[in-house]
Amino acid sequence: MRELSLHILDVVENGITAGGDCIWIEVDEDRKTDHLKIVIRDNGHGMPVEKMKNINDPFITSRTTRRVGLGLSLLAAAAERCDGGVRVDSQPGKGTEIAATFRYGHIDRAPLGDMAATVTTLIIGNPGVDFVYFHRIDGKDFSLDTREIRSEMPDLSLSDPMVIHQLTETIRSALKALTLDEGLS
Amino acid sequence: MAKLTIDDLKKIKEKTAKETSLRDGPASIKITVHMGTCGIAAGARDVMSALMEEMAEADRQDIRVVASGCMGMCSSEPNVTIEAEDSEPIVYQLMDSNKMRQVFKRHVLLGEVQSDFALAKM
Repeated sequence: MRELSLHILDVVENGITAGGDCIWIEVDEDRKTDHLKIVIRDNGHGMPVEKMKNINDPFITSRTTRRVGLGLSLLAAAAERCDGGVRVDSQPGKGTEIAATFRYGHIDRAPLGDMAATVTTLIIGNPGVDFVYFHRIDGKDFSLDTREIRSEMPDLSLSDPMVIHQLTETIRSALKALTLDEGLS
Repeated sequence: MAKLTIDDLKKIKEKTAKETSLRDGPASIKITVHMGTCGIAAGARDVMSALMEEMAEADRQDIRVVASGCMGMCSSEPNVTIEAEDSEPIVYQLMDSNKMRQVFKRHVLLGEVQSDFALAKM
């Protein structure tokens, strides 16, 4: 994958397939300590212990349409080649948490890419699922919670393409502001 | 701490300023963008973004978009399936944002199946 945000899009879909109805996405970019961390958590049905042992084996998959599962293996490979790695915690019945770490300045680290498009693509493509998105850049953060949007603005439909378009722009400029703040200080 | 605030949402609401609640009514056309690992790696997110822009422009309340997983035809990704009422579902293959725009304008809005891009009908 060309962007880490595409890995995020992919791994989040796993959580939704696992029956999660709320997904937490956390991105933490810290240039001072040279760390990038991505955490994806779902409240789906989790994984049994024996499956966890082979988690990064592409030939172990719960899918039925083909015999290889590449999503998590690709993310693990991307993290490992940047002096990082992937940690998976899963509890049957409670959900799964996936944490990927990268050395921020590693020459092989793919750019994070268009996080706004990833988040809004997830929102529009999965109408029954809530998303909590938290993004921190050098200590300054931005967050979004579709549960709050739905409860505080019930007449704002998150399945409306116009709303999604505006939401994408809003997230994009918020993230840009986080990066720019750093440049000025 | 920056957060998507109510003010941001109100601005979004103002910009879209119209009835949006109707969209939860019945759909006559369903568009499925297949977003498995293979689809995403091949560019399904760009296809979805282009589709969103076209949808926003067309402003039709009876079109529903969903993301689904891989359907096992990874070599032909990105795949998009269009299911219109009273006709067979059509699967499009090797989509990109321009093909998506054409399929949306011709097939979804006008009902002309774009057989050049089609993989199969189901």
